[in-house]
Amino acid sequence: MTKIPPLLETRNLTMRFGGVLANDGVNFSLGEMELRCLIGPNGAGKSTFFKMLTGQLTPSEGTIRFRDHPIDGHPSHEIARLGIGIKTQIPNVFNGLSVRENIWLAAQRKTTRNAARQIVDEVLERIMLKDLAGAIVGQLSHGQRQWVEIGTVLAAEPELILLDEPAAGMTDEETERTAEIIHEINKTRALIVVEHDMEFIKMIAKTVTVFHQGRIMLEDNVEAVLADSRVRDVYLGKKVAA
Amino acid sequence: MDLAAIVALNVVNGAASLFLLCLGLAIIFGMMRIINLAHGEFVMLGAYAAVIAANAGINIWISMLVVAPLVVGLFGLVVERCLVRFLYGRLVDSMLATWGLSLLIIGLTTTIFGNTMQGVPTPLGGFAIGNYRTSWYTLFLLAVALGMMAIVYAVLRYTRFGLIARAVMQNPDMAAVLGVNPAHIYMATFSLGAAVTGLAGGVLAPVSGITPVMGSAYVAKAFITVVGGGAAIISGTLSASGLFGFINQLGAYFTTPVYGEVILFLSAIVLIRILPQGISGRFFKGTV
Amino acid sequence: MSDTVKLSAQIAAVLVACIVVAVMPLYADLFQLMQFTLFASMAVLALSLGFIWGFGGILCFGQTAFFGLGAYAYAVAAINYGDSTPAILCAVIVPALFALALGYFVFYGRISDVYLGVITLTVTLILFNVFNSTAGDEYTIGTARLGGFNGMPAVPTFNMPFDPTAILYPEDSWYVTGGALIAIYVGLRLLLRSRFGRVAIAVRENETRAALLGYDPRVVKLWVFVLGGAIAGMGGALYVNWGAFVGPTIFALSLSAEIIIWICIGGLGTLIGPIVGCFLIQYLVSQIGSQQSFNSNLVLGAILIVFVLLLPQGLVPTLRNLVAAGWYRVSERRRETGHGQSRQMTAGQPVGAE
Ligand SMILES: Nc1ncnc2c1ncn2[C@@H]1O[C@H](COP(=O)(O)OP(=O)(O)OP(=O)(O)O)[C@@H](O)[C@H]1O
Ligand SMILES: [Mg+2]
Repeated sequence: MTKIPPLLETRNLTMRFGGVLANDGVNFSLGEMELRCLIGPNGAGKSTFFKMLTGQLTPSEGTIRFRDHPIDGHPSHEIARLGIGIKTQIPNVFNGLSVRENIWLAAQRKTTRNAARQIVDEVLERIMLKDLAGAIVGQLSHGQRQWVEIGTVLAAEPELILLDEPAAGMTDEETERTAEIIHEINKTRALIVVEHDMEFIKMIAKTVTVFHQGRIMLEDNVEAVLADSRVRDVYLGKKVAA
Repeated sequence: MDLAAIVALNVVNGAASLFLLCLGLAIIFGMMRIINLAHGEFVMLGAYAAVIAANAGINIWISMLVVAPLVVGLFGLVVERCLVRFLYGRLVDSMLATWGLSLLIIGLTTTIFGNTMQGVPTPLGGFAIGNYRTSWYTLFLLAVALGMMAIVYAVLRYTRFGLIARAVMQNPDMAAVLGVNPAHIYMATFSLGAAVTGLAGGVLAPVSGITPVMGSAYVAKAFITVVGGGAAIISGTLSASGLFGFINQLGAYFTTPVYGEVILFLSAIVLIRILPQGISGRFFKGTV
Repeated sequence: MSDTVKLSAQIAAVLVACIVVAVMPLYADLFQLMQFTLFASMAVLALSLGFIWGFGGILCFGQTAFFGLGAYAYAVAAINYGDSTPAILCAVIVPALFALALGYFVFYGRISDVYLGVITLTVTLILFNVFNSTAGDEYTIGTARLGGFNGMPAVPTFNMPFDPTAILYPEDSWYVTGGALIAIYVGLRLLLRSRFGRVAIAVRENETRAALLGYDPRVVKLWVFVLGGAIAGMGGALYVNWGAFVGPTIFALSLSAEIIIWICIGGLGTLIGPIVGCFLIQYLVSQIGSQQSFNSNLVLGAILIVFVLLLPQGLVPTLRNLVAAGWYRVSERRRETGHGQSRQMTAGQPVGAE
């Protein structure tokens, strides 16, 4: 029996900033169509991990393979073309352009003019910004800009979607909507979601990976992770114990 | 042998003048992240101040070493208060505004003093190495460069101002923690940089043509040397001016002075491309 | 302002410009016409930098490098061929190739804004030094002597395509120069509406996001830069056609500074702005020059400082925002009387909140 290779696999992935070890020998693996949650206290190295996956940082050591294709240290645009899309922690959008234009830029790269237009309309519907399609993104609220960025990620139709704190700054309703969208996407695509909001994690999670001080401390299903005392100690104590 | 000595002297002298020219710009760039494109005009003002003072009967040494830095330092203070302080954190705007300032200064100087000015003769005589003659002034420039280096190093290293300045250089928020107003530090730094530049203009006055546009010959060279050197004021400027001065003089010796400059510029471009953080950003991290 | 309003304003501007170019020879005397021809050739240069800086986010302190190379390439080719047709082609291709090489070197080295400025400035200085020292007979390309600091006098001016005997008259030169300016403006407008143009703007807006969506910012910037170089080179050819002369001062820092001033005054991020700024400032400088009482450096420097400090957007965007705000207020008032409800809040709408 041949084993299906993982969609994404990192080996000994390490990132040093001067003396700071932001990621320290991370061995991570994600299957096709898997939905994984990534949690960990502030400064655990989650965003740094994402930045290496998307080519924004070149790892100090270690390798990243995407569908058996080495991508560590490759430029961001090449990785994006292979099919990894990311919503970054700080909204990272084209502030001077309209919502529609933001989405269009993501959609148009690999399709025809008409197909792109269709994708844009669909995505606008999905992120519920149809009425604001002509608005300049820089003038929208933080939460709306998050949606625009999620929209650009969706419109590019990547194989693997990375979401760094998608629910931050959103209302409860919006958070639920985000969870819905994540489930919807997960029917056809793989995702990794970083979140601090445990309620949100409970809504979406199957398997959870816990980062602590740049390493993977634990990886298990969501109930086991939330019940683990070490996790409570480093991170959850204040929220779950209450 | 004599030839080698004279070429060596030229190389050292080239590096020393370049260092003098760049130090003020490096102080301002290193500590404030402002590129002062009116730097060349600050040099020019220093030269004018020295020449005018000397022609008015003030001792030439005092004119060069005291009057020039004082005048330009005060001028720098005014410029910081009226112009530069509005532009912190806006690198491109600060470049544009100081470029405007440079034109304004050239225009004013031309209007007041005309297109040329009677210079001052080079003080100190010459001496011979074998068949080649050179002037004592070359050695004097070297001494001034070394002196300035020592003074700036001591100020940055051992005084309270230096400590605070280095802290601000690392992190602007530090100043508040140390209980000082960053605005005052910036003001002092800018006028210190201007004064150092004025001194350079003063001591270079006897060996340069004194015209309102003399600064434009310096600004680009100083600019690339500082950028090539990186953020560390002393080690960066010293290494870059040493390297570029060396390349420039050797290039000039083997070809023509014009191509010496061209070779200098070419090597600067290559250096910036290879080391975008400058020499000090790569090799002397954490030095001053 | 909505897209359609903007588009109709742009089309109207182009039509007006065409008419002005067409009727100018009827109203202006020869001297004035020559002067406007010069301004228009400089405006092509302004447009080239306005495009790469405003829409590609590339601040080039040495746009004159391409202008000067275009001018020299034209002069050398025109002297050798005796026909301006291939020479104009050279004036576009040589700087474009140079921009390609320089841009590759710069953009593929992840070099930031300031350093790009330093490098382009330095390149201009190199070119100035090199062309300044080509005085000897050994610096001859074909039959064209580069002439060092004396430059190259008596360069053949434009002729009808492939007909060197039919030299253009000053009126024709005006039509060609003004027409080229309009054509380049229209071409850039069309480009900015195309896929490539919109991607270029996206890269200027946020390079990281563009890369994360799969666009290679280096390639995009490189092509913008090359196009800017080609346009600047065209400007160089038009400039030589105006004066029949080119010398190394074309690479002077003061001209580089002046282009930047034009753009700051006219408005960065627009295409009309650089043209407006160029005409205004050149007119001003020519007036100052004929008066002899003011120094033009003094005036230019003061203007640049004032604009950076007080009007950082430049004239065209400021005017556009004023018009837009006025328009907004008028339509708002109409709505107010229509619905009979007061809307105090909108009166304080900031200018530029379009
Ligand atoms: N560019 C950088 N230079 C230096 N240190 C950095 C840099 N980026 C991140 N770090 C450090 O690396 C560590 C990991 O940061 P990272 O942003 O990956 O954490 P995180 O898990 O995303 O935290 P949060 O939950 O707050 O977003 C932190 O200690 C941070 O200070
Ligand atoms: Mg993070």
